[in-house]
Amino acid sequence: MTTIAADAVPQPLKFGRIRPGQILIWTLLLLGGLLMVMPILYMFSTSLKTASQVYDLRLIPAAPTFDNYIKVLSDGNFLRWFGNSTFIATTVTLSNVFFDSLVGYTLAKFEFRGRYFIFLAILSTLMIPTEMLVIPWYLMSSQLHWLDSYWGIMFPGMMTAFGTFLMKQFFETVPDDFLEAARIDGLNEFQIWWKVAMPLVAPALSALAIFTFLGNWTAFFWPLIVTTSRELYTLPVGLSSFSDAQDTRWEMIMTGAALATIPTLVVFLVLQRFIVRGVMLAGLKG
Amino acid sequence: MAQGAITDGTASKGRVWDRFSIRTKRVIWAWAFLALPIIFYGWIRFYPTFQAFWISFTDWDILKPAQFVGLENYDKLVHDPQFWKVFRNTFTYLIVGTPISLVIAFLVAYYLDRVRFMHGFIRALYFLPFLTTAAALAWVWRWIYQPVPVGLINGLLSQFGIPQQPFLKSTTQGLPAIMVTAIWAGLGFQVIIFLAGLRAIPSTYYEAARIDGLGEGAILRKITLPLLKPTTVFLVVFSSIGFLRIFDSVYNMTSNDPGGPLGSTKPIVLMIYQTAFSSFDMGYAAAQTVVLFTILLIVSLLQLFVLRNR
Repeated sequence: MTTIAADAVPQPLKFGRIRPGQILIWTLLLLGGLLMVMPILYMFSTSLKTASQVYDLRLIPAAPTFDNYIKVLSDGNFLRWFGNSTFIATTVTLSNVFFDSLVGYTLAKFEFRGRYFIFLAILSTLMIPTEMLVIPWYLMSSQLHWLDSYWGIMFPGMMTAFGTFLMKQFFETVPDDFLEAARIDGLNEFQIWWKVAMPLVAPALSALAIFTFLGNWTAFFWPLIVTTSRELYTLPVGLSSFSDAQDTRWEMIMTGAALATIPTLVVFLVLQRFIVRGVMLAGLKG
Repeated sequence: MAQGAITDGTASKGRVWDRFSIRTKRVIWAWAFLALPIIFYGWIRFYPTFQAFWISFTDWDILKPAQFVGLENYDKLVHDPQFWKVFRNTFTYLIVGTPISLVIAFLVAYYLDRVRFMHGFIRALYFLPFLTTAAALAWVWRWIYQPVPVGLINGLLSQFGIPQQPFLKSTTQGLPAIMVTAIWAGLGFQVIIFLAGLRAIPSTYYEAARIDGLGEGAILRKITLPLLKPTTVFLVVFSSIGFLRIFDSVYNMTSNDPGGPLGSTKPIVLMIYQTAFSSFDMGYAAAQTVVLFTILLIVSLLQLFVLRNR
């Protein structure tokens, strides 16, 4: 396993050796970064403007107001979609953290005939794109009356091959001695996994949780297909239909977009190190 | 037998269970852990995969029973000018978008890796768009591309006296405009992965190269790029798959006429969506998904092939 020190400082900063070239590069990098966040900044800026101020393209609104937020939230739909997305992303994340790590652990630490076959079978599902499965899923859902329900939105993602593979990689680094010691202490296999092995792979679990949550929070394609009633929309699907209905009222559209973006940005600001490290971990493993 | 032992009455359960060797017990535990996942993968992944192939050989509108029509859907697909247009659009996203985004991401990561001052802050700026909801930010970009007096870019252009650009309303500028959005959204992830790849190169390699008197350019060509190859291949495949499956941003940026104007921005997934869930031509849509599956499979196999021949 490659050690990743996202914030390690390889060489101490030597002020005497700063050259003009380095200052230029630093400035260009910063300008590029500011350009990257410009759409996000303008989204917030426009959401704080009144309808008549929208045509004023200054980044800082002349008279910022939260009226748009009150208007958008007061019709109730947004709070409902917000709740739907939170519930769905949380449930799917918990399911993945439980099952992906259970399967990953079993494949990493148990000896039994067929282990390799099961591993390859699960891994091979990575090759199957969601787009190919949505038609059968849709038919299955319509037969089982799962259309337009929370379960209908959630069921395809309850376990993922990506998460299983990630967790298997990490459980393989857990020394067998730890598990053997727990076995001698009289813990059963489930307890050994849950109480001994799981805490040892906490960084990987948090990476998996963040990925799964983010993926489900921003998911659009399947929720768009499986939901038809407004009350069951997830935030992205709700936002899409809301924005479509706003015609050219851009301050309202920007407010909706901002509301959909704020939660992930807050989570990022709080957990920045975890997230960046998680992406690095998963990227190198994948 | 193993299952029976567990579900037997409580009295006999203990005795039967105790008779097993430790090895057998562990095998039983393993299958108990895997029971539910095996059902899940079989039912939610494998069965639907085969079903998708089967549906692609039928004529089916959900209401009437499916009718087996052999390769008719595939034959229709090959002769459908709209499919070839969509096919071309999708590959334009892929072939133009992937190199541009990877070159930018590499340059940012390569120079950012040496920057110490405000490193974390600058990295966060590049990474932030990756965490936003594509469907939400597609609307922000749609606003950016509007004509005056609304849109940001046209507003800037008009201040410098440059003529207005139609962007999303044009059959030639629509696709590049959406591609910029997609590159913007994915860039942060690529930068982070490149940074991780650069960090994983042992610094002793660089020290040795400097002692040997290699210049920056030579070090980049002879050490950094070759050692970064697995990372680059991963990102090429990841980004290619992303472009092949592009949907959210196109759908939301052109929602008044999805994939328009005149289908000039429409990718294959949007065609699948419309065929299946607007026209309810399930057989034809399934055939399109099989084509997408085949393309994705080829891309993934190419990755394995390239990495094997290191």
